[in-house]
Amino acid sequence: MKLHLRVWRQSSVEDRGRFEDYELDDVSPDSSFLEMLDLLNEQLLEQRKMPVAFDHDCREGICGMCGLMIDGMAHGPVPGHTVCQLHMRHFKDGDHIVIEPWRVAAFPVIQDLVVDRGSFDRILQRGGFISFATGTAPEANSILIPKDRVDTAMDAATCIGCGACAAACPNGSATLFTAAKIGHLGHLPQGQPERYRRVIGMVEQMDAEGFGGCTNVGACTSVCPKEIGQDFISQMNRDYLRAVLGRTGD
Amino acid sequence: MWRSSIGKKIIMAGTGLIWIGYLLVHMYGNLKVFAGEEAFNHYAESLRTLGEPMVGHGHALILARIVLILSLAAHVWAAMALTRAAQQARPMGYAKFHQASGNYATITMRWGGLALGLFILYHLAHLTWNVPVLTGEYEPGNTFDKLVVGFTNPVNVVLYLLALVAVGLHLWHGGASFFQTLGWRTAANRQPIRFLTGALAIAIPVGFAVVPLAVATGLVA
Repeated sequence: MKLHLRVWRQSSVEDRGRFEDYELDDVSPDSSFLEMLDLLNEQLLEQRKMPVAFDHDCREGICGMCGLMIDGMAHGPVPGHTVCQLHMRHFKDGDHIVIEPWRVAAFPVIQDLVVDRGSFDRILQRGGFISFATGTAPEANSILIPKDRVDTAMDAATCIGCGACAAACPNGSATLFTAAKIGHLGHLPQGQPERYRRVIGMVEQMDAEGFGGCTNVGACTSVCPKEIGQDFISQMNRDYLRAVLGRTGD
Repeated sequence: MWRSSIGKKIIMAGTGLIWIGYLLVHMYGNLKVFAGEEAFNHYAESLRTLGEPMVGHGHALILARIVLILSLAAHVWAAMALTRAAQQARPMGYAKFHQASGNYATITMRWGGLALGLFILYHLAHLTWNVPVLTGEYEPGNTFDKLVVGFTNPVNVVLYLLALVAVGLHLWHGGASFFQTLGWRTAANRQPIRFLTGALAIAIPVGFAVVPLAVATGLVA
């Protein structure tokens, strides 16, 4: 299939950036979106031009590295998919496709389609962990957790930190990411001792990084490759309210 | 708490609830027109004598006004702060953007809220400050007469009905957001909350709309 691509090119953080148009022939419908970009880069190299920089790692939909705005949709038109798992059969021969990086102030563009998601790491550093005596591995059954709790925690833990939630949010908010990390640890006994310090710290950092606030639109869940639900945001809000009111006892 | 984004949303939820409560009381009062001129005027006067003799004449009304004005001010302040944060969070927009979720109510919250604020000013000018261009000749001190005369002007009726559509949209999204922001929404109560806030977003505008429509159709005269 033949494609008309409009790709964001930006040489560095300082560069203002611009769109450039490319034409690409002989794209297999069975190739992934990233393989299509590999093909484009081979063509650019043959023409002795700079290839398009884009993030990728596992190409299995589990690492959270890839993430592109494709025709205005984070990770493209198929729900519950990362870009690497998006296949070209979802496009038609002769399609015009606009490819942009995440546009969030807290994700500065490093080059072309690559953004710096260090802001997510700094949110995690404020509480996305548990303090635990390390050493020999504990007996697996020493802390019993009900199945439904584990399942809920696992639903939140599937977050791969790709940033699509903030990218698709009309407010540029990192609320779903932060709520997923808080929800993951907050549903497990190991996460309880730091539960309320965690929510205060992570929300404070989320605001300090320059992300917007949540207005309950739900765009984040719609584009999330792991389809993490809005209930985690409600839970985070409840924990936050309890923490500021000092009602942290059970 | 007021510094953080979630804190501002909690403030918006609390102040929004105060205004929903006020709307329900206001709607109850309006519907008294169907009880007749005397009952309606008696109700209007009782708003001033409320709490007497413990509370002075008209003081309960003044207290209510202070609470409402402060609530509205806090609501607007939080909304503006969050709007500014959202704009700063995305200084450069997308060349192509597909809104992945949300409905008409979601995307009209900010401008719809501003429109409601402007309507409230017009509404006060019409019925509280008695700006003569908006109303006709009515018997002084007769609230029922003022209402009927006001709504015989079709401009007032149309503006009033448009504002009610804005109220409904604002409540449709704001009502559900109230529960989400306070963390009361769970997977189990999602549908009941949707039903409750949806019913409220329809019932309040309808409850208000029947009064000008009754005047316009001559049912109340």
